[in-house]
Amino acid sequence: MIRVLLPFHLRTLARVDGEVRLERTGPVTLRQVLDELEERYPMLRGTIRDHITLKRRPFLRFFACKEDLSDQSPETPLPDAIANGEEPLLIIGAIAGG
Amino acid sequence: MSKIRVLVGTKKGAFILTSDGKRRKWKVNGPHFAGWEIYHLKGSPKDPDRIYASQSSGWFGQIIQRSDDGGKTWNTPGSSPEDLKNEDGFHKGESNKFVYAGQPGTHKWYDGTPHPWEFKRVWHLEPSLSDPDTAYAGVEDAAIFKTIDGGKTWHDLPGLRGVKSDLWQPGAGGMAVHTIILDSKNPDRIFAAISAAGVFRTDDGGKKWKPVNRGLVSPYQLPDPLAEVGHCVHRIAMHPSRPDVLFMQKHWDVMRTDNAGEQWQEISGNLPSDFGFPIEVHAHEPETVFVVPIKSDSEHFPPDGKLRVYRSKSAGNEWEPLTKGLPQRDCYVNVLRDAMSADALDPCGLYFGTTGGQVYASADAGDSWSPIVRDLPAVLSVEAQALL
Repeated sequence: MIRVLLPFHLRTLARVDGEVRLERTGPVTLRQVLDELEERYPMLRGTIRDHITLKRRPFLRFFACKEDLSDQSPETPLPDAIANGEEPLLIIGAIAGG
Repeated sequence: MSKIRVLVGTKKGAFILTSDGKRRKWKVNGPHFAGWEIYHLKGSPKDPDRIYASQSSGWFGQIIQRSDDGGKTWNTPGSSPEDLKNEDGFHKGESNKFVYAGQPGTHKWYDGTPHPWEFKRVWHLEPSLSDPDTAYAGVEDAAIFKTIDGGKTWHDLPGLRGVKSDLWQPGAGGMAVHTIILDSKNPDRIFAAISAAGVFRTDDGGKKWKPVNRGLVSPYQLPDPLAEVGHCVHRIAMHPSRPDVLFMQKHWDVMRTDNAGEQWQEISGNLPSDFGFPIEVHAHEPETVFVVPIKSDSEHFPPDGKLRVYRSKSAGNEWEPLTKGLPQRDCYVNVLRDAMSADALDPCGLYFGTTGGQVYASADAGDSWSPIVRDLPAVLSVEAQALL
């Protein structure tokens, strides 16, 4: 199981409370997690990454296991603690604007 | 009895203001989409329960929301499981996806260099006059997208860029299609206004467009003040009964055309300033028009700190200030281009919102005003609709 914590405004948009839990086992990449997240919550398409290029939106960051994975290739496997659900993948709205 | 609904888009959410036909007591409902910028929301003329809303954020991009019950509940069209896959299992519904058709090329950047087209947000939504599932979206960078499936998918009308779009340049607020006007007598005719490019017209439903800017003069903004494109048009307005007559608030100058944009003439007359953003036409008097003069391009507030709507009953040139109920001292708010609207009741109601968060209403065509609400976030858009 993968646990994903969305920023407040995306939780509201997707109408979810707390963490999103994706049923999945074994090694997983960021891209696979986002694919599955968008499959389950289609209204999130384009809000985390560009519709066409799939590039991360500039003011969003990906944190996991106290590391910033934002600039890592989305094809890089996520840490084991994410893949086995011990730790959540955090999608964070960057501090900006004030 | 008739009801009135005023849809208000703000920097931090949407609000729905409702009243009966007397328009004295109002209910304020909201915020919807709290924390998001709501550039515009508008109800279908055919089915007022159908409302389209543009929700956007610097963090999360563009969302299209739709209500089918007058704003009680909202959904992101194209997001249900059956919308997402076609019979082959491939994705089809993508409500928030705005992708330019073909190779959009470049437009002018602020420094005059070529700059690639980049989608940023939807500024304006214009539902079809006859079909609730059809609507047009005016977007930044300037283009019009059309949906015919209730907002599930949006398709670019690329012909608009065929009109010297390499010479279009963003204004201070960006380069967007901010006004779309549908001709009630000719479904193939659409007007679009872009800052800073000008006014464009299609007579074939959006395939081919032509610039209709003759008569506009921009001596301090363009090397050629009479250029075919490049004028900073802030807003245009039309009375449905006279679709060849359009009124314009330009960066400077208030203008009118009597022949669908083939030739414009200045009608600023005795206005204290001919700079401003919104312009609106009376619902029942096609020659009565309203503007809100702003001091200048660098001082976006009313002259002398007095918030005054100006009304002309002669299609321009002769203007009278409307001040009753509006602050006449120490007022330094602005009224943005999409933030003024008329209702179709008799007498005509008029509404506008300010960057200070006030929404003012007049139930007597501007003779007197009172605030519906005073402390909203900065108002980006106001749309009034009579619900019969």
